Amino acid sequence: MIDKMINLTIDGDPLQVPAGTTVLKAAEKLGINIPRLCYHPNLSIEGACRVCVTQVKGFNHFLTACSQEVWEGMEVQTNSPEIRQARRDIVELLLDNHPRDCQTCERDGNCELQKQAYRLGVRERIFNGERKRFPVEDSGQSVIRTPEKCILCGRCVRVCSEVQGVSNLSQHGRGFHTVVGPANLSNMDDSVCIQCGQCVAVCPTAAFLEKDHTERVWEALAMPRDVKHVVVQVAPAIRATIGEAFGLPMGTPVTGKLVTALRRMGFDEVFDTNYSADLTIIEEATEFLSRVQKGENLPLLTSCSPGWVNFLEKFYPEMIKHTSSCKSPMQMLSTLIKTYYAEKKGLDPKDVYVVGIMPCVAKKFEAGRPEQAMEDGMPYTDAVLTTRELAWMIKSYGIDFVNLPDGEFDRPLGISSGAADIFGATGGVMEAALRTAAVKLTGDELGPLVFEEVRGVTGLKETTLRINGMDINIAVSNGLTNAKHILEAVKHGDKQYHLIEIMACPGGCIMGGGQPYPPLDHDPLDPETARIRAKALYDIDAKKQLRRSHENPAIEHLYAEFLGEPNGEKAHKLLHTHYEARMPRGIR
Amino acid sequence: MEVDFGPLAKAGSIMGSGGMIVLSEEDCMVDISKFYLTFTQEESCGKCTPCREGTTRMLEILEKVTSGKGEMSDLDRLERLAKLCQQTSLCGLGRAAPNPILSSLKHFREEYVEHIVDKKCAAKKCVALIKYEISADTCIGCTVCAPNCPTECTTGTRKEVHVIDQDRCVKCGQCFEVCRFDAVERV
Repeated sequence: MIDKMINLTIDGDPLQVPAGTTVLKAAEKLGINIPRLCYHPNLSIEGACRVCVTQVKGFNHFLTACSQEVWEGMEVQTNSPEIRQARRDIVELLLDNHPRDCQTCERDGNCELQKQAYRLGVRERIFNGERKRFPVEDSGQSVIRTPEKCILCGRCVRVCSEVQGVSNLSQHGRGFHTVVGPANLSNMDDSVCIQCGQCVAVCPTAAFLEKDHTERVWEALAMPRDVKHVVVQVAPAIRATIGEAFGLPMGTPVTGKLVTALRRMGFDEVFDTNYSADLTIIEEATEFLSRVQKGENLPLLTSCSPGWVNFLEKFYPEMIKHTSSCKSPMQMLSTLIKTYYAEKKGLDPKDVYVVGIMPCVAKKFEAGRPEQAMEDGMPYTDAVLTTRELAWMIKSYGIDFVNLPDGEFDRPLGISSGAADIFGATGGVMEAALRTAAVKLTGDELGPLVFEEVRGVTGLKETTLRINGMDINIAVSNGLTNAKHILEAVKHGDKQYHLIEIMACPGGCIMGGGQPYPPLDHDPLDPETARIRAKALYDIDAKKQLRRSHENPAIEHLYAEFLGEPNGEKAHKLLHTHYEARMPRGIR
Repeated sequence: MEVDFGPLAKAGSIMGSGGMIVLSEEDCMVDISKFYLTFTQEESCGKCTPCREGTTRMLEILEKVTSGKGEMSDLDRLERLAKLCQQTSLCGLGRAAPNPILSSLKHFREEYVEHIVDKKCAAKKCVALIKYEISADTCIGCTVCAPNCPTECTTGTRKEVHVIDQDRCVKCGQCFEVCRFDAVERV
C-alpha cells in the first residue's frame, strides 16, 4: 500500500511527505536540522525538553517538531525571532539547573547540552537561580549516577525499558525535584540494573557514567616492574571503534596502532581477548555438541555478554540450566594469565596485574564476581577499562595515536583466528561457533565459513541450518527486549532452538555501553554506526589466514600443554563458572 | 464584562471550573500572582523544561519582588519566562500557569513597580514590605498585645504606650489582631 502523501510548507518551502511523518523528519528532508535534546530516533517520543519547538499557523502556542505529525496544508515556521528566543531560553533554563563544571566534566567537548547551548546562542545567564542538589551515587561497581547533571530528557529511562526490557530507571518525585534513578532510588548494584551501560551511551550529558578504573591502572603502570607485572588484554570490538576517539572515520580498524599504544603506555605484555574467544568457541562448541548428542538442556544459550548474564540471573533464573557455563572470553584469558602464563613465566599470580580493555560497562561488575575469583578471593581481572577510558588515557599520555606504527600482540596469548574478531558484532559468536560446529559435525575441514543468515545488525534473527543431515535451529538476538521474545518463546515451548546467541547491547559489543560517544552529528544507538563498525570486524576476519577457532595452533598447544581435553576437568575448573538467581534486594 | 469562556480569555483570565474570586483594594496583585504560581509550581509534574524550570524561576522572581529586593529588569525577565512557559509547555498546566502573572502585569503593572521602586505594598500584604507600629495617640496601655507577642518584642507597662522592637518583630500580626483600640497600625 502506498502511503497517503501530505502537502505542507516548512519555512515557505512546499514539500510532500507520507502521512504520519513528524515535522522534525519532514524538515530534515529540506536539510533543516531542528535542534533537539530528548528526541532519539530509536526510542519512543518523549516531547519533554521542548527544544524543538516550531510555530504552526493557526496556533498561539508552539508545537514540538519531534512529536507533531504533519497535516494537509500545514504551514510550519522553524525559525523566527520568537522561536529562536524560546529555544535559547529553554536551553538556558536547563543550564541554570545544571552544575557549572564543564571544564572538569567527563563529557566536556562531547556534551549535547553544551552543543545546543552554543548552537542556540546562550551567551549569558539571564534566569539564574536555585539549583537542585542531589548526591552522586557511585557505590555501584559499573554505573555511576550523577543526578545534578541530569536534564530529565528521559532517554535512559526509555532505553532501559524499551531496548533492554529492564525498566530499572524511572522518574521519581515531581516538578523541580524530579530525579531519575532505580526504584526507591536504591544503589545501582542493589537494583535490577544489569550494568549494560546503555544509559551511559544515550545520556546527552554525564548524568550516567562508568565507574572509573583509570586511576588504579595508572598506579599499576607506575609500579616497579619486579613488583607488578602488568598485562593487558584487548576485546575484539575495541579495534574497530577506538579510532573514532582520535578522529578517524567510523569503522577504521586500528589493531596495530592499539597494540603499539598499549606498549608505549608501559604494559609488559599485550594480549588479545581474541585468543580466548577462540578458546570459548572450543569449549562452547564441545558443550553444544555434547548437549545435542544427549539431547538435553537445549537450546544452549551463549554466555559471553556479562550484561546478558546479569539479566539471566535477575529476570530468567529458570533459564540458567540452558546457559553455557563458559566464562566470558575476558575472564577466560585473565584466568589463563594468572595460571598458565604466570606458571610459564615463573611469576607469582599476586604480582601479575591484569587489565581488560572492554567495550562494556558490565565487565567491571563481572570482574568483581566472587564466584569467578581465585581461591584466595583475588580477582582474575584487576581492572577493566572501557574503550572511552583507554582513549582518554592514551590522549592523557600524549601518544599520537593516529600516526603510530603497527604493532603485534605478544605470543602465545595473542594469536587468534578471524572467528574471534567477529565476536564483537551481533551474530559473531554464533557464526564462529557454526564454523567450528560444522567441521566437527561433518568432519569436512573445508566446511562453510560465512553464515550470512546471522550477519547484520537486526535485533532478532532466526534460521534453520542443515548440517550433516541435521536441522539446527538457531537464533541471534541483541538488545534484551529481543532476548525476552526468544526466551518467552522457548519457555512456552513455542520454538525449538538448538543454539541461541544473546548479546545485551543493541548491535553487540561494537555498540557496548563503554564505546566512544559518537560525534555530535550522530545519534547514539544508530544502527548505521553498528553496521559500519561491524563491517570493520568482518573485513579483519576476511583478511585472516586462520578463520576457524579450532584451527588456532596456540589453542591446540594450550590444550596439549596445560588444559588437557576441552570440557575436561582442568578446563572446567578454570574456564567455566556457575550462575545463580539474584533477585534484587526488596523483591526477594 | 460578559462571564463566558471567550471574553474571559480575552481579558487574560480563564473560566476554570466556573468559580470566581473577587478581589479588592486590600489584595496585592503581586502576592496573588505568587499565590497561584506557588500552587502551579508545586503541581508541575517535572516532565517538560519550561514548566519545571520556568515556574521555579518565576516564583523566585516574585519572591524577590515581594520581599523588596526586586529590580525593574526582573519584570522583563518575568514576562519573558511567563510567555515562554505559556507558549512552549507540554500540557495545560504549564500553559496556564503564567496566566495570573501575565494578566496582572498587563492590568496592574503599577503594583509591581511600586514594590520594586518604592519598596511598598499598598495592600499591605507583602510581609517584608510592611511593619507594625503602635500609635502613641491611640494606645491606652491595656497590655493585651504584649503577652500575645511570640517574640516578646512588644513591651510596655500598664497605662503606658507600648512599643514594638522592630529588630525582633517577625511581623506575625498577633498584636494587630488582638488590639481592641486599633492602636496597632500596619504601615
